[in-house]
Amino acid sequence: MTAFTATVTVRLKRGVLDPEAETTQRSLERLGFELDDLRSADVFELDLDAESADDAADRAEEMAERLLANPTIHDYTVEVAERE
Amino acid sequence: MTVAVIQFGGSNCDRDSVQALESLGFEAELAWHEDGLPEDVDGIVLPGGFSYGDYLRAGAMAARSPIMAEVREAASEGTPVLGICNGAQIGCESSLTPGAFTTNESARFQCEHVHLRVENADTPWTSHYDEGEVVELPIAHGEGRYEITDDRLDELEAEDRVLFRYCDADGNVTPEANPNGSKHSVAGVTGEADHVAVMMPHPERATLSDLGRTDGQGVLRGFAE
Repeated sequence: MTAFTATVTVRLKRGVLDPEAETTQRSLERLGFELDDLRSADVFELDLDAESADDAADRAEEMAERLLANPTIHDYTVEVAERE
Repeated sequence: MTVAVIQFGGSNCDRDSVQALESLGFEAELAWHEDGLPEDVDGIVLPGGFSYGDYLRAGAMAARSPIMAEVREAASEGTPVLGICNGAQIGCESSLTPGAFTTNESARFQCEHVHLRVENADTPWTSHYDEGEVVELPIAHGEGRYEITDDRLDELEAEDRVLFRYCDADGNVTPEANPNGSKHSVAGVTGEADHVAVMMPHPERATLSDLGRTDGQGVLRGFAE
Protein backbone atom coordinates (compact mmCIF):
# COMPACT_ATOMS: atom_id res chain seq x y z
CA MET A 1 0.00 0.00 0.00
CA THR A 2 1.17 3.49 -0.75
CA ALA A 3 0.18 6.69 0.96
CA PHE A 4 -1.58 9.16 -1.34
CA THR A 5 -3.29 12.50 -1.07
CA ALA A 6 -6.25 12.81 -3.40
CA THR A 7 -7.31 16.38 -4.04
CA VAL A 8 -10.95 16.77 -5.01
CA THR A 9 -11.90 20.18 -6.38
CA VAL A 10 -15.63 20.84 -6.58
CA ARG A 11 -16.82 23.73 -8.76
CA LEU A 12 -20.20 25.03 -9.80
CA LYS A 13 -21.04 24.03 -13.34
CA ARG A 14 -20.59 26.73 -15.94
CA GLY A 15 -23.70 28.84 -16.10
CA VAL A 16 -24.80 28.17 -12.52
CA LEU A 17 -25.07 31.45 -10.65
CA ASP A 18 -22.51 31.89 -7.84
CA PRO A 19 -23.75 34.72 -5.59
CA GLU A 20 -20.93 34.23 -3.10
CA ALA A 21 -18.31 34.62 -5.81
CA GLU A 22 -20.05 37.73 -7.15
CA THR A 23 -20.12 39.23 -3.66
CA THR A 24 -16.46 38.39 -3.15
CA GLN A 25 -15.56 39.95 -6.48
CA ARG A 26 -17.42 43.13 -5.60
CA SER A 27 -15.56 43.30 -2.30
CA LEU A 28 -12.22 42.97 -4.06
CA GLU A 29 -13.22 45.72 -6.47
CA ARG A 30 -14.16 47.94 -3.54
CA LEU A 31 -10.62 47.40 -2.27
CA GLY A 32 -9.36 48.79 -5.57
CA PHE A 33 -8.44 45.54 -7.34
CA GLU A 34 -9.31 45.14 -10.99
CA LEU A 35 -10.50 41.76 -12.20
CA ASP A 36 -12.71 40.40 -14.97
CA ASP A 37 -14.27 37.50 -13.14
CA LEU A 38 -13.97 35.40 -10.03
CA ARG A 39 -14.95 31.77 -9.57
CA SER A 40 -14.91 29.97 -6.25
CA ALA A 41 -14.37 26.27 -5.61
CA ASP A 42 -14.20 23.87 -2.70
CA VAL A 43 -11.04 21.82 -2.32
CA PHE A 44 -10.95 18.59 -0.29
CA GLU A 45 -7.63 16.89 0.45
CA LEU A 46 -8.09 13.23 1.25
CA ASP A 47 -5.20 11.27 2.76
CA LEU A 48 -5.58 7.59 2.03
CA ASP A 49 -3.59 4.41 1.48
CA ALA A 50 -4.14 2.59 -1.78
CA GLU A 51 -2.58 -0.08 -4.03
CA SER A 52 -2.05 2.42 -6.82
CA ALA A 53 -2.70 6.00 -7.83
CA ASP A 54 -5.58 4.78 -9.99
CA ASP A 55 -7.12 3.00 -7.03
CA ALA A 56 -6.79 6.13 -4.90
CA ALA A 57 -8.38 8.22 -7.66
CA ASP A 58 -11.27 5.76 -8.01
CA ARG A 59 -12.03 5.96 -4.33
CA ALA A 60 -11.82 9.74 -4.26
CA GLU A 61 -14.10 9.88 -7.29
CA GLU A 62 -16.69 7.73 -5.54
CA MET A 63 -16.53 10.05 -2.52
CA ALA A 64 -17.12 13.02 -4.81
CA GLU A 65 -20.05 11.26 -6.50
CA ARG A 66 -21.70 10.22 -3.26
CA LEU A 67 -21.19 13.27 -1.06
CA LEU A 68 -18.61 15.93 -1.87
CA ALA A 69 -20.27 17.15 -5.06
CA ASN A 70 -23.93 17.55 -6.00
CA PRO A 71 -24.18 16.47 -9.64
CA THR A 72 -27.11 18.83 -10.24
CA ILE A 73 -24.92 21.90 -9.80
CA HIS A 74 -21.30 20.74 -9.58
CA ASP A 75 -18.42 19.45 -11.67
CA TYR A 76 -15.37 18.08 -9.94
CA THR A 77 -11.80 17.03 -10.64
CA VAL A 78 -9.60 14.54 -8.80
CA GLU A 79 -5.80 14.73 -8.61
CA VAL A 80 -3.69 12.18 -6.82
CA ALA A 81 -0.16 12.58 -5.49
CA GLU A 82 2.03 10.29 -3.40
CA ARG A 83 2.27 11.45 0.18
CA GLU A 84 5.65 11.72 1.92
CA MET B 1 -53.02 9.01 11.12
CA THR B 2 -49.61 9.52 12.72
CA VAL B 3 -47.08 11.81 11.14
CA ALA B 4 -43.44 11.46 12.17
CA VAL B 5 -41.42 14.67 12.20
CA ILE B 6 -37.77 13.69 11.76
CA GLN B 7 -35.44 15.51 14.11
CA PHE B 8 -31.84 15.94 13.00
CA GLY B 9 -29.18 17.74 15.00
CA GLY B 10 -29.87 21.34 14.05
CA SER B 11 -33.52 20.94 13.06
CA ASN B 12 -35.46 23.86 14.50
CA CYS B 13 -38.93 23.72 12.97
CA ASP B 14 -39.59 20.22 14.28
CA ARG B 15 -41.76 21.20 17.24
CA ASP B 16 -43.56 23.87 15.19
CA SER B 17 -44.45 21.18 12.68
CA VAL B 18 -45.79 18.87 15.40
CA GLN B 19 -47.88 21.67 16.86
CA ALA B 20 -49.23 22.73 13.48
CA LEU B 21 -50.13 19.15 12.55
CA GLU B 22 -51.82 18.54 15.90
CA SER B 23 -53.86 21.71 15.50
CA LEU B 24 -55.30 20.14 12.34
CA GLY B 25 -56.23 16.95 14.13
CA PHE B 26 -53.26 14.78 13.13
CA GLU B 27 -51.28 12.76 15.59
CA ALA B 28 -47.70 13.87 15.26
CA GLU B 29 -44.54 12.68 16.94
CA LEU B 30 -40.93 13.74 16.93
CA ALA B 31 -38.56 11.07 15.68
CA TRP B 32 -34.87 11.50 16.53
CA HIS B 33 -32.96 10.42 13.45
CA GLU B 34 -30.64 8.05 15.32
CA ASP B 35 -33.64 6.10 16.64
CA GLY B 36 -34.81 5.25 13.15
CA LEU B 37 -38.23 5.68 11.65
CA PRO B 38 -41.02 4.75 14.10
CA GLU B 39 -43.22 1.83 13.06
CA ASP B 40 -46.73 2.39 11.77
CA VAL B 41 -46.07 5.88 10.53
CA ASP B 42 -48.57 7.21 7.99
CA GLY B 43 -46.69 10.35 7.03
CA ILE B 44 -43.26 11.95 7.34
CA VAL B 45 -42.17 15.58 7.68
CA LEU B 46 -38.57 16.58 7.06
CA PRO B 47 -38.63 19.85 8.99
CA GLY B 48 -36.76 23.10 8.59
CA GLY B 49 -33.62 24.14 10.41
CA PHE B 50 -29.91 23.87 9.91
CA SER B 51 -29.17 20.15 10.10
CA TYR B 52 -25.47 19.50 10.64
CA GLY B 53 -24.88 23.25 10.59
CA ASP B 54 -25.43 23.30 6.81
CA TYR B 55 -21.90 21.90 6.52
CA LEU B 56 -20.77 21.13 2.98
CA ARG B 57 -24.17 22.06 1.50
CA ALA B 58 -27.52 22.64 3.18
CA GLY B 59 -29.09 19.23 3.72
CA ALA B 60 -26.12 17.24 2.40
CA MET B 61 -25.24 15.45 5.63
CA ALA B 62 -28.78 14.73 6.79
CA ALA B 63 -29.62 13.35 3.34
CA ARG B 64 -26.96 10.68 3.84
CA SER B 65 -27.87 9.73 7.40
CA PRO B 66 -29.19 6.16 7.84
CA ILE B 67 -32.77 7.21 8.60
CA MET B 68 -33.09 8.67 5.11
CA ALA B 69 -32.77 5.19 3.62
CA GLU B 70 -35.84 4.29 5.68
CA VAL B 71 -37.61 7.46 4.58
CA ARG B 72 -36.89 6.69 0.92
CA GLU B 73 -38.17 3.16 1.37
CA ALA B 74 -41.34 4.38 3.09
CA ALA B 75 -41.84 6.94 0.32
CA SER B 76 -41.47 4.25 -2.34
CA GLU B 77 -44.16 2.24 -0.55
CA GLY B 78 -46.56 5.18 -0.67
CA THR B 79 -46.03 6.98 2.64
CA PRO B 80 -46.51 10.74 2.12
CA VAL B 81 -43.33 12.76 2.69
CA LEU B 82 -43.17 16.55 2.92
CA GLY B 83 -39.83 18.38 3.11
CA ILE B 84 -40.00 21.97 4.29
CA CYS B 85 -37.10 24.45 3.94
CA ASN B 86 -34.07 22.51 5.23
CA GLY B 87 -36.25 19.46 4.76
CA ALA B 88 -36.64 20.47 1.11
CA GLN B 89 -32.88 20.74 0.77
CA ILE B 90 -32.56 17.30 2.37
CA GLY B 91 -35.22 15.94 0.01
CA CYS B 92 -33.33 17.11 -3.05
CA GLU B 93 -29.94 16.04 -1.69
CA SER B 94 -31.34 12.56 -1.09
CA SER B 95 -32.93 12.35 -4.56
CA LEU B 96 -36.46 12.12 -3.20
CA THR B 97 -37.11 15.11 -5.42
CA PRO B 98 -35.20 16.52 -8.40
CA GLY B 99 -32.97 19.60 -8.52
CA ALA B 100 -31.12 21.44 -5.77
CA PHE B 101 -31.73 24.38 -3.49
CA THR B 102 -28.64 26.56 -3.35
CA THR B 103 -27.43 30.02 -2.36
CA ASN B 104 -29.99 32.82 -2.78
CA GLU B 105 -29.28 35.16 -5.65
CA SER B 106 -28.93 37.94 -3.06
CA ALA B 107 -26.32 35.88 -1.17
CA ARG B 108 -28.28 36.80 1.95
CA PHE B 109 -30.50 34.98 4.40
CA GLN B 110 -34.04 36.08 3.62
CA CYS B 111 -36.82 36.04 6.18
CA GLU B 112 -40.03 37.50 4.82
CA HIS B 113 -43.54 36.74 3.64
CA VAL B 114 -43.96 35.78 0.01
CA HIS B 115 -46.84 35.16 -2.33
CA LEU B 116 -47.10 31.84 -4.08
CA ARG B 117 -49.23 30.81 -7.01
CA VAL B 118 -50.68 27.32 -6.89
CA GLU B 119 -49.52 25.70 -10.13
CA ASN B 120 -51.10 22.30 -9.77
CA ALA B 121 -54.07 21.83 -7.45
CA ASP B 122 -54.26 18.14 -8.24
CA THR B 123 -51.77 16.88 -5.62
CA PRO B 124 -52.40 15.95 -1.99
CA TRP B 125 -50.50 19.08 -0.91
CA THR B 126 -52.45 21.52 -3.02
CA SER B 127 -55.89 20.00 -3.40
CA HIS B 128 -57.27 22.38 -0.77
CA TYR B 129 -56.45 25.29 -3.06
CA ASP B 130 -57.52 26.20 -6.56
CA GLU B 131 -55.11 26.25 -9.46
CA GLY B 132 -53.90 29.82 -9.87
CA GLU B 133 -54.86 30.74 -6.30
CA VAL B 134 -52.40 33.04 -4.52
CA VAL B 135 -51.37 32.12 -0.97
CA GLU B 136 -49.06 33.92 1.41
CA LEU B 137 -46.44 31.99 3.38
CA PRO B 138 -43.22 32.91 5.19
CA ILE B 139 -39.78 32.01 3.91
CA ALA B 140 -36.61 31.92 6.01
CA HIS B 141 -33.61 30.63 4.11
CA GLY B 142 -30.18 31.44 2.76
CA GLU B 143 -30.13 28.57 0.26
CA GLY B 144 -33.50 28.49 -1.42
CA ARG B 145 -32.68 29.18 -5.05
CA TYR B 146 -34.03 26.28 -7.05
CA GLU B 147 -31.44 25.09 -9.54
CA ILE B 148 -31.83 22.37 -12.13
CA THR B 149 -30.85 21.87 -15.76
CA ASP B 150 -33.14 23.52 -18.29
CA ASP B 151 -34.01 20.17 -19.87
CA ARG B 152 -34.92 18.62 -16.56
CA LEU B 153 -37.04 21.62 -15.60
CA ASP B 154 -38.87 21.38 -18.94
CA GLU B 155 -39.67 17.76 -18.09
CA LEU B 156 -40.90 18.65 -14.60
CA GLU B 157 -43.14 21.35 -15.97
CA ALA B 158 -44.47 19.05 -18.69
CA GLU B 159 -45.25 16.49 -15.98
CA ASP B 160 -46.96 19.19 -13.89
CA ARG B 161 -44.68 18.61 -10.93
CA VAL B 162 -44.27 22.25 -9.89
CA LEU B 163 -46.48 22.87 -6.83
CA PHE B 164 -45.93 26.59 -6.28
CA ARG B 165 -44.19 29.52 -7.94
CA TYR B 166 -43.22 32.78 -6.27
CA CYS B 167 -45.48 35.56 -7.53
CA ASP B 168 -46.76 39.00 -6.63
CA ALA B 169 -49.98 39.62 -4.71
CA ASP B 170 -51.97 39.40 -7.94
CA GLY B 171 -50.47 36.09 -8.99
CA ASN B 172 -48.05 37.46 -11.57
CA VAL B 173 -44.81 35.49 -11.72
CA THR B 174 -42.17 38.17 -12.20
CA PRO B 175 -38.43 38.48 -11.49
CA GLU B 176 -39.23 41.10 -8.82
CA ALA B 177 -41.52 38.68 -6.98
CA ASN B 178 -38.87 35.93 -7.03
CA PRO B 179 -37.17 36.30 -3.64
CA ASN B 180 -34.16 34.05 -4.21
CA GLY B 181 -33.54 33.75 -7.93
CA SER B 182 -35.14 30.32 -8.24
CA LYS B 183 -35.24 29.03 -11.81
CA HIS B 184 -38.71 29.72 -13.26
CA SER B 185 -39.65 30.99 -9.76
CA VAL B 186 -40.11 27.43 -8.52
CA ALA B 187 -40.85 27.27 -4.78
CA GLY B 188 -41.85 23.62 -4.46
CA VAL B 189 -41.89 20.42 -6.52
CA THR B 190 -43.06 16.85 -6.21
CA GLY B 191 -41.03 13.68 -6.50
CA GLU B 192 -41.65 10.92 -9.03
CA ALA B 193 -45.01 10.42 -7.35
CA ASP B 194 -46.96 13.35 -5.96
CA HIS B 195 -47.19 12.00 -2.40
CA VAL B 196 -43.57 13.15 -2.04
CA ALA B 197 -43.02 16.91 -2.14
CA VAL B 198 -40.60 19.59 -1.04
CA MET B 199 -41.01 23.34 -0.68
CA MET B 200 -38.92 26.19 0.69
CA PRO B 201 -41.78 28.29 2.18
CA HIS B 202 -43.08 27.26 5.61
CA PRO B 203 -46.71 26.09 5.72
CA GLU B 204 -46.33 25.10 9.38
CA ARG B 205 -45.62 28.75 10.24
CA ALA B 206 -48.89 29.79 8.67
CA THR B 207 -51.21 27.24 10.21
CA LEU B 208 -52.03 28.41 13.77
CA SER B 209 -54.45 31.31 13.74
CA ASP B 210 -52.60 32.85 16.72
CA LEU B 211 -49.72 33.53 14.34
CA GLY B 212 -51.77 35.40 11.78
CA ARG B 213 -52.52 33.96 8.37
CA THR B 214 -53.39 30.30 8.04
CA ASP B 215 -52.72 29.82 4.33
CA GLY B 216 -50.40 26.90 5.06
CA GLN B 217 -53.08 24.63 6.51
CA GLY B 218 -53.99 23.25 3.13
CA VAL B 219 -50.47 21.93 2.55
CA LEU B 220 -50.36 20.04 5.85
CA ARG B 221 -53.87 18.69 5.31
CA GLY B 222 -52.28 16.82 2.42
CA PHE B 223 -51.36 14.12 4.91
CA ALA B 224 -55.02 13.17 5.09
CA GLU B 225 -55.33 12.74 1.32
